[in-house]
Amino acid sequence: MAETAAPPAHPDERLVRVGPLARLLTRPDIGAFVGALGVYLAFGYFARGVDWLGDPGIAANWTDQAAQYGIVAVPVALLMIGGEFDLSAGVMIGSSGLLLGYLTTHADMNIWPAILLVLLFGLAIGFINGYTVVRTKLPSFIVTLATFFVLQGVNAAGTLKLTGQTAIQNIDSASGFDSARRFFASDVTTYGFKVKVIWWIGITIVGAWLLAKSRFGNWIYSAGGEPNSARNVGVPVARTKITLFMMTSGIAALMGIIEALELRSMQSKEGIGLEFIFIICAVVGGCLLTGGFGSVIGTFFGAAMLGMVQLGIVDAQWDSNWTYTFQGAILFAAVLLNTAIRARMRRAR
Amino acid sequence: MAELKPLVQLDRVRKEFGAVVALEEVTLDVYPGEIVALVGDNGAGKSTLVKLIAGVHQPTSGQIVLDGEPVRLSSPSESQRHGIEVVYQDLALANSQPVYMNMFLGRELVRGPLRQLDRPRMAQETRQLLDELDIRIDSPRQTIRDLSGGQRQGVAIGRAVHWAQRLVLMDEPTAALGVQETKRVEEIILRMRDRGRAIVIVSHSLDQVFRISDRICVLRRGRQVGIRATPEVDADEIVSMITGLR
Ligand SMILES: Nc1ncnc2c1ncn2[C@@H]1O[C@H](COP(=O)(O)OP(=O)(O)O)[C@@H](O)[C@H]1O
Ligand SMILES: [Mg+2]
Repeated sequence: MAETAAPPAHPDERLVRVGPLARLLTRPDIGAFVGALGVYLAFGYFARGVDWLGDPGIAANWTDQAAQYGIVAVPVALLMIGGEFDLSAGVMIGSSGLLLGYLTTHADMNIWPAILLVLLFGLAIGFINGYTVVRTKLPSFIVTLATFFVLQGVNAAGTLKLTGQTAIQNIDSASGFDSARRFFASDVTTYGFKVKVIWWIGITIVGAWLLAKSRFGNWIYSAGGEPNSARNVGVPVARTKITLFMMTSGIAALMGIIEALELRSMQSKEGIGLEFIFIICAVVGGCLLTGGFGSVIGTFFGAAMLGMVQLGIVDAQWDSNWTYTFQGAILFAAVLLNTAIRARMRRAR
Repeated sequence: MAELKPLVQLDRVRKEFGAVVALEEVTLDVYPGEIVALVGDNGAGKSTLVKLIAGVHQPTSGQIVLDGEPVRLSSPSESQRHGIEVVYQDLALANSQPVYMNMFLGRELVRGPLRQLDRPRMAQETRQLLDELDIRIDSPRQTIRDLSGGQRQGVAIGRAVHWAQRLVLMDEPTAALGVQETKRVEEIILRMRDRGRAIVIVSHSLDQVFRISDRICVLRRGRQVGIRATPEVDADEIVSMITGLR
């Protein structure tokens, strides 16, 4: 990197030197990485009926699942670091996919302008969430819970009224469908790796960069950690939070678009329940419920872990109802681990 | 000071919080290069007055006038744009961030086409500023949480001094400090005045008020009950103004 402009200032020689291993262990994302690796190896044993560790087709399956979690988990993590929650992030996937279905099959729009409208819809819902939270000072937990239920009702009632069924079908009849599907929802390799996975990795990289390198990222930390101090020294806390809500709903809308293109139809119940999965990914990734601390890279590994559990349980031929139990156990273990790492970090200083 | 124009004027400023009247009809002019001490009992409205000028709160009625122009300071950043900086009673530091980031929070330096944070330059400029002000901190990369109370106060004051073009407001800046640290802060305040900044300082220490201030403004239960030139008044008179007893 071009850091030539700054001549070496005072060396920080009086700071206590911390060993590289100790420093590594104080990273919020390390727990998630180790956990993901552990789950991967564990299913190497439990799912030894298939070639879990080596078969790229199997990796294509679980990365597909992980991407579904991980794409939206990135903005959910940023939002959480910024001190807020969005419980409507799951249902937004359904709303967006259904809206895309409505626009293409009932309003006969070309898929591309319809996609644009759906993304704008996502940003608008996010703005409403954010503006309401900032203006009313109500907990975002409550505000977005309300949004969640409102949208859930709209999804179900709207779909039924439109189609007489619980789903919108034949989205692939839209003009431009194939080109859009190639971009958002196709396979990229012969093993069936989805283009979705590239979106997941890309959004993770952008999110991690924003958090670590940009002014916006700095404002996210301070808006979540010390909102009053931040406001008093001139950080645009309200604008930062509204932007985060818009990012979350906007990317949930992107996920809805991806799913609609992939499945060619959209169920009215789609996405419901995922809001908690996103939060689990973020917590596993080291995000604190209180805000001000967390990691996008960690969230990436959190999503990978949950994706592997979901598919690994099937490949190990266990009853897939256990998935929830595993997710709960992972959440609990992650919180314990994060707390320990935080305590360790305090001591290392 | 007849030829000088006031930097900041408060014109019959009133502030209500619901049913509580925190300030009623406070009038005060602050001139460049002077130190005004704001004194009064707990709950007299000193912090509220500071926050009005800082843009944290907006007056219920009355005006804030800068350079003869009435302004609406709707947010702290608005106030900052007018060259006003604050050392808050609670310091307003981000405890989990490094010293340099607190210096630049909200006004971070960036570089390159992607406008990424220029951490080395922020750290370096912070180092210079701390040395200039003789604020003793090992490294600008230390986290605020790991500093002593005096060092934290130093960071908050350094930040205000660095950015203030017009006025520095200080809400009890030495309340938590030892004798040596208090002395250093007072030196910094005097140096700022010499550079033409105006300073409004809230203090509970009358000794300090008499050591450094040019004028003393007394608040009692939200009312401005008098402004005196420091050399022309003694502590007994100020105490009786604060308490309302003769
Ligand atoms: N944000 C607020 N909401 C409601 N009342 C407040 C608020 N800030 C201050 N007050 C009230 O205004 C009065 C003046 O407070 P303050 O300005 O903090 O006094 P001081 O700093 O002189 O001790 C007190 O009665 C206090 O309770
Ligand atoms: Mg006070």
